[in-house]
Amino acid sequence: MEWETVIGLEIHAQLATRSKIFSGAATAYGAAPNTQACAVDLGLPGVLPVLNKEAVRMAAKFGLAVGATVASRSVFARKNYFYPDLPKGYQISQYELPVVQHGQVQIELENGESKTIGVTRAHLEEDAGKSLHEDFHGLTGIDLNRAGTPLLEIVSEPDMRSAKEAVAYMKKIHSLVTYLEICDGNMQEGSFRCDANVSVRHKGEHRFGTRCEIKNLNSFRFVERAINFEVERQIDILESGGKISQETRLYDANKDETRSMRSKEEAFDYRYFPDPDLLPLEIDPAFVEEMRATLPELPDEKRERFSYEFGLPPYDAGVLTSSRELADFYEAALVASGGEPKLAANWVMGELLGALNKEGKELADSPVSAAMLGGMLRRIADNTISGKIAKQVFEAMWNGEGDADTVIEKHGLKQVTDSVAIEKIIDEVLAKNPQQLADYRSGKDKLFGFFIGQVMKASQGKANPQQLNELLKKKLSA
Amino acid sequence: MHNLTLAELAQALRNKEYSSVELTRHFLDRIGRLDARLNSFITVTEESALNAAAAADRLLSSGNAPALTGVPFAHKDIFCTEGTKTSCGSKMLDNFIAPYDATCVTKLKAAGTVMLGKTNMDEFAMGSSNETSYYGPVRNPWDTAAVPGGSSGGSAAAVAARLTPGASGTDTGGSIRQPAALCGITGIKPTYGRVSRYGMIAFASSLDQGGPMARTAEDCALLLGAMAGFDPRDSTSVEQAVPDYSTDLNKSIEGLKIGLPKEYFSDGLDGEVAKAIEAAIQEFRILGAEVVEVSLRNTQLAVPTYYVVAPAEASSNLARYDGVRFGHRCAEPRDLIDLYKRSRGEGFGAEVKRRIMVGTYVLSAGYYDAYYLKAQQLRQLISQDFKQAFNEVDVIMGPATPTAAFNLGEKVDDPVTMYLSDIYTIAVNLAGLPGMSIPAGFVGKRPVGLQLIGNYFDEARLLNVAHRYQQATDWHARCPEGFE
Repeated sequence: MEWETVIGLEIHAQLATRSKIFSGAATAYGAAPNTQACAVDLGLPGVLPVLNKEAVRMAAKFGLAVGATVASRSVFARKNYFYPDLPKGYQISQYELPVVQHGQVQIELENGESKTIGVTRAHLEEDAGKSLHEDFHGLTGIDLNRAGTPLLEIVSEPDMRSAKEAVAYMKKIHSLVTYLEICDGNMQEGSFRCDANVSVRHKGEHRFGTRCEIKNLNSFRFVERAINFEVERQIDILESGGKISQETRLYDANKDETRSMRSKEEAFDYRYFPDPDLLPLEIDPAFVEEMRATLPELPDEKRERFSYEFGLPPYDAGVLTSSRELADFYEAALVASGGEPKLAANWVMGELLGALNKEGKELADSPVSAAMLGGMLRRIADNTISGKIAKQVFEAMWNGEGDADTVIEKHGLKQVTDSVAIEKIIDEVLAKNPQQLADYRSGKDKLFGFFIGQVMKASQGKANPQQLNELLKKKLSA
Repeated sequence: MHNLTLAELAQALRNKEYSSVELTRHFLDRIGRLDARLNSFITVTEESALNAAAAADRLLSSGNAPALTGVPFAHKDIFCTEGTKTSCGSKMLDNFIAPYDATCVTKLKAAGTVMLGKTNMDEFAMGSSNETSYYGPVRNPWDTAAVPGGSSGGSAAAVAARLTPGASGTDTGGSIRQPAALCGITGIKPTYGRVSRYGMIAFASSLDQGGPMARTAEDCALLLGAMAGFDPRDSTSVEQAVPDYSTDLNKSIEGLKIGLPKEYFSDGLDGEVAKAIEAAIQEFRILGAEVVEVSLRNTQLAVPTYYVVAPAEASSNLARYDGVRFGHRCAEPRDLIDLYKRSRGEGFGAEVKRRIMVGTYVLSAGYYDAYYLKAQQLRQLISQDFKQAFNEVDVIMGPATPTAAFNLGEKVDDPVTMYLSDIYTIAVNLAGLPGMSIPAGFVGKRPVGLQLIGNYFDEARLLNVAHRYQQATDWHARCPEGFE
């Protein structure tokens, strides 16, 4: 029996506003506990929420980026439940009428095809504080710095059919919110996280299976692993004649498994109702157009432009536009290089990303800037150095030895393009290897590579490869 | 001094007939001597009052003082006052020292008033008799066997007994007008959104509105002018200029069209109250007003609608009192659930718990549509009734309450009967309209209040109409025995 997986994601993107969604307190991450919570965030008696317009602007931009309707009227509602890190005993969210409705995004599948994933809605809400269970000797500490931080909850249709598709979708939303600069996308700090609704059904079945919701996944890897574990678990139960019970589960990354958190019967009745402290949010068409005018080039547009403007293969264009930061880096390096799109793409995707990956660094922390990389590419293009020497130059730049020209000068890496000089080295090599020369001349063509290698070695890699090739051919056939 | 109105006191201070310190001492002394009979204050802020009075005197001599400089005033204990206990009449907040001032408090301070203290009230403003207060019931100065009304009963009693020339109140279903009526004083509940709710502890957010209570309409005009106005910290406050409510007080009301809702003069109305109201209406005819009958067809639905909407909002508004960050926390909680259950169980009184339970129920899955949503629809109908009436008349008048003040303990065990004592005031909150109660006679020793209901933002007209009536009558000038 073949099974089909059905996945829907609820992504929480923390909006990059300076102040909170309903108060003037700062949102910066990492401050001492409870130093960024004002009377409103603490839910003191008598305080009232006032909506941060910047959060609305950001939500509208997101709506436009996914081709959704930015609702002319949406309503804030109270989601009521008791928890120590929820100061008011309710969370202000949007329920029946969200600000963003009916959008969609395209994701690229592994087979190169693209697939449309529906974005059911996105709504504004406030985050809760944090409960800290360590370091309090059996007690729980409460940090309300995060309370009231604006979130955009982005809810997908159940359109994904594998963990890989779910990850591709989540990455797509991640790139959109970071392109739009409405979220810093930092998953470790929890700025971008998701809940996954997972169910399985027989292939060909139209009804959905019973779903489980996996809470609070804060890395792409965890999303993939948690879903895969959950799919296996559900299939095992069904194949052994059991039934899935609808529940909320937690993913334990250490054990790589999901565990039940609460069943449907234990689910809260949130008693949603419109928040009487806030008027309905009304957005006029002029505001929407104003937001549309501020939209940057989005990932799909940029990828297409990279393809036709720079002639890059689809794969390269996709990788380079996966984040706005990387795309900007590439374009800056390209300009500095004097215009070698494919060469620049190879270096950014190869050496640069490789080195970052190896050292676990973010692009922003790269010791080699776009200007430095471009400067080096310019030296490849103008034959000052060969591609092979360039790797040495890159490494030196990475280690802080300065820009390409400085490194080339310091280490004397300038390519030898003087024919006479190269011929001289060839002559010396041939003279040193009479046996190989004789073998070559008697038909062992493969030895051509041997001679190239020897000359390169003798020139410390600095001989211009093309010139060397031609000159050696001439010498050998002489 | 205490027999003067707030307007007269403000003028006397300007004329340097006495100092604010003398005046403040005088009222503090009266509170000290007389309030044992009434229990109208929860907290008396003697020291800060005298300091503020001294500062007011300095300001008065500088000649640059705002209108109410040096005038003593009391705040209902629902308004947060920085550094002073703000209990909301509840054990839950008995230990709560507010770290900030409510906007109303800030504004009245800026206008120059000197706060004498915080007045008693029904717990979280839930009650019509002031008997639900953690600090004990307030007694009616006209007859200490009677309740003062609620929830702003402390403010009403203190003003009536001349322990303060004016006080703030809040009105969610009649909590300014009903105690004003029962204590024989003047009180106005402004249009919803006219006065900021910031720092006013929420009971039912879509209904709550603060307003002034004093002896005369003229005093209320002065106070409302100071309290009203848009507040960027309250999203439901309305961005509309505040008129000078004193300007038109004396305007003739010749030709004024008064509507009497026939539904307000039916079965439940006490005969003696009806007589007093009819006499007051006759007075308006003499003043040149035209009186017609109007119909507010859905009057009977107001109380049931209110008792869905208000508890629903309250159940959510009061969720923050969980023993975690402030307020009452039970001793030695075993775990989180125990902390919640006992802190709330011990901190809240019976009426508050009753409303939290009702509110939780009507918002629950499966009941929301039948109760909360239906109530919101009824609310629209009730507003429509008023809208139609105001197409025909300028002001609606009727009794503020179905009876004069009832006895302490009389209705305390019968919540539904208690709720019905707000039958004429509740619809006004549901519609968000301004309403007023002014003294209009007595049933025996106990005062009767005439209710005036105006169109949205028509407070100036209500005050004008009330003032003209008070120029022609002296009900508002009577003083309860023992408090002269």
